[in-house]
Amino acid sequence: MSIAILRFPGTNCEFDTEYAFKKLGFKTTIVWHNEPSLPKDTELVVVAGGFSYGDYLRSGSIAKFSPIMKDVIAYAKNGGEVLGICNGFQILCEAGLLPGALKRNTNLHFISKYQHLKVMNNNNSFLKKCEKGEILNIPIAHADGNYYIDDDGLEKLKKNDQILLQYVDHAGKAASINGSVESIAGICNESKNVFGLMPHPERAIEAILGSNDGVKMLESFGA
Amino acid sequence: MKAIVNVYLKNGVLDPQGKAVHHALGSLGFLGVKDVRIGKQIVLELEATDEQKAREEVQEMSETLLANTVIEDFNIEIV
Repeated sequence: MSIAILRFPGTNCEFDTEYAFKKLGFKTTIVWHNEPSLPKDTELVVVAGGFSYGDYLRSGSIAKFSPIMKDVIAYAKNGGEVLGICNGFQILCEAGLLPGALKRNTNLHFISKYQHLKVMNNNNSFLKKCEKGEILNIPIAHADGNYYIDDDGLEKLKKNDQILLQYVDHAGKAASINGSVESIAGICNESKNVFGLMPHPERAIEAILGSNDGVKMLESFGA
Repeated sequence: MKAIVNVYLKNGVLDPQGKAVHHALGSLGFLGVKDVRIGKQIVLELEATDEQKAREEVQEMSETLLANTVIEDFNIEIV
């Protein structure tokens, strides 16, 4: 499986993401934002984390107009799979590929730590290797992870099983980490081919470094 | 011609920065503040000479880039 990892000025998780996918046996290509199109053999686009354009104006607001994004939007509209991690999630929301928006954390802090997450739905190609209700331990590292969506939008997410991950405590109870509506940590679009999450599965692939819970998320794309 | 775009979080969307400043003002003894909203002011120097045309253009800029209309409202002043 061939994965295109996007790199904007200010992206800083592209090499971690590449390392993780390569370790799991995938072929990866890092694609610079000025490229007009994705590699022909792309089977998954990953919008990696970081601080594209210094997070100026709003996180992800400028990256969405980079040349490569035109092709990414066309690719996604055509059913192609796209995964946005952290800043990638923010970019996909700004680009309108995912509903809602990410605001500043309610405590105004940059939060960087391991965080328990609950798998809310697994009837999608991102979490199909996880059990529904399973608790994962994956690092988060963000200042703008406070997910907002209006009430109608939230109803739609729930009805269509689009809520993927929720911040929880170790016992699985919803935890207010950054102010997100319903403690949402990750969602997908209505047709379940575009995924976005604030936590970093690519940083949780080796038990010796604290957790390998990210492995079943990332390898699900090749399964 | 100058255009000033003021961008604020929508009413009903919690403003974490506004809330923190509200709290700080209270700690300093300024007790008469009911609410604080923090926004952005974006000042554009325009080549346009026609006010109506400038306004339409800035409206489009705001909807496309300057504000995220999922969470933010904006208003435009032409000066």
